Amino acid sequence: MGDSQYSFSLTTFSPSGKLVQIEYALNAVAAGATSLGIKATNGVVIATEKKLPTELIDETSVKKIQLLTENTGVVYSGIGPDSRVLVRKSRKSAQSYYTVYREVIPVSQLVRETAAVMQEFTQSGGVRPFGVSLLMAGYDSQGPHLYQVDPSGSYFAWKASAIGKNMTNAKTFLEKRYTEDMELEDAIHTAILTLKEGFEGQIAGDNIEIGIVGSDRKFRVLTPAEVNDYLAEVE
Amino acid sequence: MSITSYNGGAVVAMKGDKCVAIACDRRFGVQLQTLATDFNRVFQMHDRLFIGIAGLGTDVQTLKHRLQFRHKLFSLREDRVMPPSTFARLVSSILYERRFGPYFIEPVIAGLEEDGTPFICATDLIGAYEECPEFGVAGTADESLFGACESYWQPGLQPEELFETISQALLAAVDRDALSGWGATVHVITLDKIITRTLKGRMD
Repeated sequence: MGDSQYSFSLTTFSPSGKLVQIEYALNAVAAGATSLGIKATNGVVIATEKKLPTELIDETSVKKIQLLTENTGVVYSGIGPDSRVLVRKSRKSAQSYYTVYREVIPVSQLVRETAAVMQEFTQSGGVRPFGVSLLMAGYDSQGPHLYQVDPSGSYFAWKASAIGKNMTNAKTFLEKRYTEDMELEDAIHTAILTLKEGFEGQIAGDNIEIGIVGSDRKFRVLTPAEVNDYLAEVE
Repeated sequence: MSITSYNGGAVVAMKGDKCVAIACDRRFGVQLQTLATDFNRVFQMHDRLFIGIAGLGTDVQTLKHRLQFRHKLFSLREDRVMPPSTFARLVSSILYERRFGPYFIEPVIAGLEEDGTPFICATDLIGAYEECPEFGVAGTADESLFGACESYWQPGLQPEELFETISQALLAAVDRDALSGWGATVHVITLDKIITRTLKGRMD
């Protein structure tokens, strides 16, 4: 790390062909709170644990799920401040597209541009990769989409996925529960059940966050009251 | 003499019933001297989108290349062709980028939207954008074209009727303009095909 030959870039290849900083970035993601997403036939849901270190924090001020355009939202696992930088860049990207084309940016294009930013930070001097994986959910003219973007800049489209602390168990659970003809309401219930699986403590409307987008193409974050209603349905 | 009338030229587009037509003259000159009679000013972007560009010849050609470049990249990235309304916005953006040193051109965009609705739009040289409900005109014969289109156009024209209408309108208008003429190229775009015809008018 202090070796002058390699100190111009943190992302120089190791002899085995790995980029060690990216591996470590993925570790940072894996240590973050669980997030998951499920794509239904008529919409997408993303959800995350909102585990705050102490009761004294005003949880209404913490927003993990953010809007990128009116029909796309994003949730992250990993280092919060890193995700805010990406949200800012993505929003700007989406608006630039709109300025030129007067069309809302398709979800896949927004994902592509965000991933390109993340990749830049694995190949530039003096910077480190982002310590977040993002789950981007949106509904555009091609239908509902759910994408995962990793610190390396690679992105994948998913039917259902989880990232963060409990991801392996969550994905196993999702594999069992996911069906191709699931509708948005079923997907929300399944998302809650999946979060519940790995949840430490009592799950409630103020310690999880859920964002949905349906065929109305308006992404929104559910209020704690709405989340509590869904939790009651799931009981 | 105005820079936009240095080379001459005329472009017109008209809406029909689930079809559009776009036509231009074929003259290229330097002020009053005609240098070419096969100069094309209407360019295809994809199966359902054309743009006709009137004005300074060099800018007509440069814009054509820049717009084709942008459209090709777009369709590679997004795996779809650009709808005409989106393309019109793109043209407007590209022209405004040069707000204080503009391209001396006036484009007319004509095409069919994804659902088959006809779309025509004309902009000025710095990108002020107006969707045309019936027809769009540009070039040195634009005022004559307005008159001709207003007289000949009617709603609900079928592709063959539209071809006749736009051809008559263009030929009549360029006959009154010294800097346009020497024949015409007419494209009629429908959902399943494009028919292109070259006309011989008064060759002067």
